[in-house]
Amino acid sequence: MSGLFEGLIAPFLEFSFMRRALVACLALGLGCGPVGVLLMLRRMSLMGDALSHAVLPGAALGFLIAGFSLAAMSIGGFVAGLTVALLAGLVTRFTGQREDASFAAFYLMSLALGVLIVSTRGSSVDLLHVLFGTILAVDDASLILVASIASLTLLTLAVIYRPLIVECFDPGFLQSVQAWGTVYHLAFLILVVLNLVAGFQALGTLMAVGLMMLPAAAARFWAQEVWSMAAVAAGIAVLSGYIGLLLSYHANLPSGPAIILTAGMAYLLSIILGTQDGLLVRFLPRQHLQA
Amino acid sequence: MRPALQLDDLTVCYNRHPAVHHLSGIFNRGSLTAIVGPNGAGKSTLIKAIMGLLPVTTGRIDHAALSPSEIAYLPQQAQIDRSFPITVLDVVMLGHWERIGVLCAVNAELRDQAVAALAAVELVDFQRRPIRSLSAGQFQRVLFARMLLQDARLILLDEPFTAIDARTTADLLNVVRAWHDQQRTVIAVLHDLEQVRTHFPETLLMARSTIAWGQTAQVLTPENLQRARQMAEAWDEQALLCEVNR
Repeated sequence: MSGLFEGLIAPFLEFSFMRRALVACLALGLGCGPVGVLLMLRRMSLMGDALSHAVLPGAALGFLIAGFSLAAMSIGGFVAGLTVALLAGLVTRFTGQREDASFAAFYLMSLALGVLIVSTRGSSVDLLHVLFGTILAVDDASLILVASIASLTLLTLAVIYRPLIVECFDPGFLQSVQAWGTVYHLAFLILVVLNLVAGFQALGTLMAVGLMMLPAAAARFWAQEVWSMAAVAAGIAVLSGYIGLLLSYHANLPSGPAIILTAGMAYLLSIILGTQDGLLVRFLPRQHLQA
Repeated sequence: MRPALQLDDLTVCYNRHPAVHHLSGIFNRGSLTAIVGPNGAGKSTLIKAIMGLLPVTTGRIDHAALSPSEIAYLPQQAQIDRSFPITVLDVVMLGHWERIGVLCAVNAELRDQAVAALAAVELVDFQRRPIRSLSAGQFQRVLFARMLLQDARLILLDEPFTAIDARTTADLLNVVRAWHDQQRTVIAVLHDLEQVRTHFPETLLMARSTIAWGQTAQVLTPENLQRARQMAEAWDEQALLCEVNR
């Protein structure tokens, strides 16, 4: 019993940086899980990845101007991510270019610009900071930022939930009943970028999207409706954060990859054990029903 | 007869090539009209333009004081993601959009109406089922139930019976007839000429522009159908500028 306590709870009681990291993971998971589910359902899973890379030049500029300043890097990242999202969206809307190709083009330019800025003006240590984040060094200011973004995300999703879902499932219907349907798409893209900015503080730009997409992809194997999928995804994200932090503490591993790999394990387990189309359900012979 | 919808010299283009070309005419209030024509004749384009989903190049569409909420639209099925995780009842309740909008909750009365609409299309036991478990015909019934709730004055159906079996088609045609009996204006894009002759009093035969428009029997003559086929094949990469209205 005391062994369990030592292993699972004591690290958080003992060290305040572990407590902060845990709360950051909790907030991140609550926001990123549902956002990831909607991204997945909009068939934009890889767009999240593109946007997370697009954040880099903004964060790098912020870093160069103000050093390791949370505010500067967040604002820079947010502006860069949103610019890419808007440009890609506009090009898709006003030309025949497909959305995925359009996102790919702009995020690659953004990424190259980011690497250029970091490599000409900063050291490689700085680049590592931006790319991999430092969840164990989350301070009060970042905690407040991450928690605010998570709250804003959940509130906004609650308000625009209905049109967002209709737009994804039957866009023609939304256009026929509601003027300004694209506003909801735009609001959602802003939420995606905000959550990536929240994530890159803790996990870095490379891995922020992991806590968004892996729990969402896993949740699809457990739930049949959007709200329940979002709840499962948030749960998996939060648990991955907790288990990942413990792993990183006990095995002395970097926290970001530990958390994302934990979420990856949850995904693999869901593929096998999931109640919706999971491999076990599919290949375990069960008597069929009458009707 | 008062018009429900008036088209006035309407042209709708894709990349300057007209898909609907100088089309004029009136859909009377309470009329039941089939739109017929070969593939590429601009039928779906016309429906989308009426819904405001495509920009009008020249001419006018007059909705005769119908507000957007009084028009219901059934797109071709391919435009809907049928693997989306949503239940049958939730899809049907979207038909209450005019009453619930973005934010309002669905109360018991609205829910009962949705269940009744499902009963009208014989799917009352399917309420909790996810839509991805439905067949194409069952899903079309769900969409008709949603339109029942929309309570629209003008109903636009784009190929409602494509890939639907005979039994379902017959049931859904009964729904269409009920709408007609309630004096609603119904316009449907169709391909089955027998079906049009049997169930639709009026027909618009088009191939970008009007070939014939009026009583179905007088419209669907062999000569008219032949002309429609020839017109539709006349797509020209090197098309000259249209001289009408210049």
